[in-house]
Amino acid sequence: MPLFDQLYNFAHWLTQDTSEAEDLVQETYAKALRGFSSFQAGTNFRAWIYRILRNSFLSSRTGLKTTVVFDEEDQETVSATEVSTPESLVIAQSSRELVQSALAELPVHFREILLLCEVEEMSYQETAQALSIPIGTVMSRLSRARKALRELLQQTFAGGAHGV
Amino acid sequence: MACDAWREKLDLYVDGELAVPEAAAFSAHLRTCADCAADTLARVQLKRSVSLAGKRYQPRAEFRARMERKLGTAKPQRSATWWWRLIAVPALAVVVLSVAVNLWQSEKARRQRTLSELTDLHVALLASAAPFDVVSTDRHTVKPWFQGKVPFTFNLPELQGSEFTLLGARVTYLDQTPGAHLVYQIRKHEISVFIFQDRDARAASLSAGPVHTLSFNMNSWTQHGLRYFVVGDVGPADIEALSKLLRGAG
Repeated sequence: MPLFDQLYNFAHWLTQDTSEAEDLVQETYAKALRGFSSFQAGTNFRAWIYRILRNSFLSSRTGLKTTVVFDEEDQETVSATEVSTPESLVIAQSSRELVQSALAELPVHFREILLLCEVEEMSYQETAQALSIPIGTVMSRLSRARKALRELLQQTFAGGAHGV
Repeated sequence: MACDAWREKLDLYVDGELAVPEAAAFSAHLRTCADCAADTLARVQLKRSVSLAGKRYQPRAEFRARMERKLGTAKPQRSATWWWRLIAVPALAVVVLSVAVNLWQSEKARRQRTLSELTDLHVALLASAAPFDVVSTDRHTVKPWFQGKVPFTFNLPELQGSEFTLLGARVTYLDQTPGAHLVYQIRKHEISVFIFQDRDARAASLSAGPVHTLSFNMNSWTQHGLRYFVVGDVGPADIEALSKLLRGAG
């Protein structure tokens, strides 16, 4: 079963539930097998199967409840110039659990792009194919997702610091 | 280029999306600009934290078994009557046996030829004045460089905490098939890692596992449809250590 563990991890992050993640993975493989003839040899298999999983998620009960993001909104230019402070270095080294809970708190469209780029190490091109969005949107959405994650971690960090 | 212009490309740099000359220019800028260097470091660390934190969920063993059963039975089954099987099974056995004998006979020669070709490629690269097409110790630079150059993608291991260093890479060919040739260093010894698509059925007959020939040690295995070869003049333990890292990343 190609990419089974990775697809399951991604599905669980999207659904936040074991049984829904299992259903999603099962549906993905079933659709992939049925639609294998539509897969064009030489194109990216990984992006193709992730796209199937994500589309299945969006049409699922949990997926329908997630906020729809409009690309127009996403195309806003995002300033990449953020001054790094020693605090952000601490955030960057936050514990695995802290990062995991921050990731879980992020909106799905931010969570999924971070998972594809950082965990699956997909290129912008591959991510664009998996999410069916233009590369420009991948870049701006990724930048916004990272900013949102940093802010969440910063809040946790500040909360923790006050608590000491 | 002004600092602000570089800052806009920070994410592209840490994501390995800049073209090689631009990435090299960026690296040069980082050596002279403490602000950009600190920002890059923070971004790389955040990226690493997310990468580690994101690998969180494992499928349950029962689910894996259920899916394997399902996909196994999902394959189309031909309805065959008992008499058809009576003829077909022994006929198939004869065919399989003759193919196996042929393969077994040609395997030794083929294996020897592949080993010599790979050691030749390894030695030729070390002897070359310009051994690499992409020179970088960063896997996030080396991996994306192969996009569009080889017809597959692969993952490279995190080397932090190991004795290995990535030196660079180039595209190579074996049996008219393009592949990735990466070079790692350990204690001044270079080790070549070759990655090819394992689409050739004959390649599968090439025995996996450690081999010692002409003072070179080699290891080979297949993973996710790719065939890996690790070749070098270091001891088998180092070859196995690097193989383990690669298997972990793949």
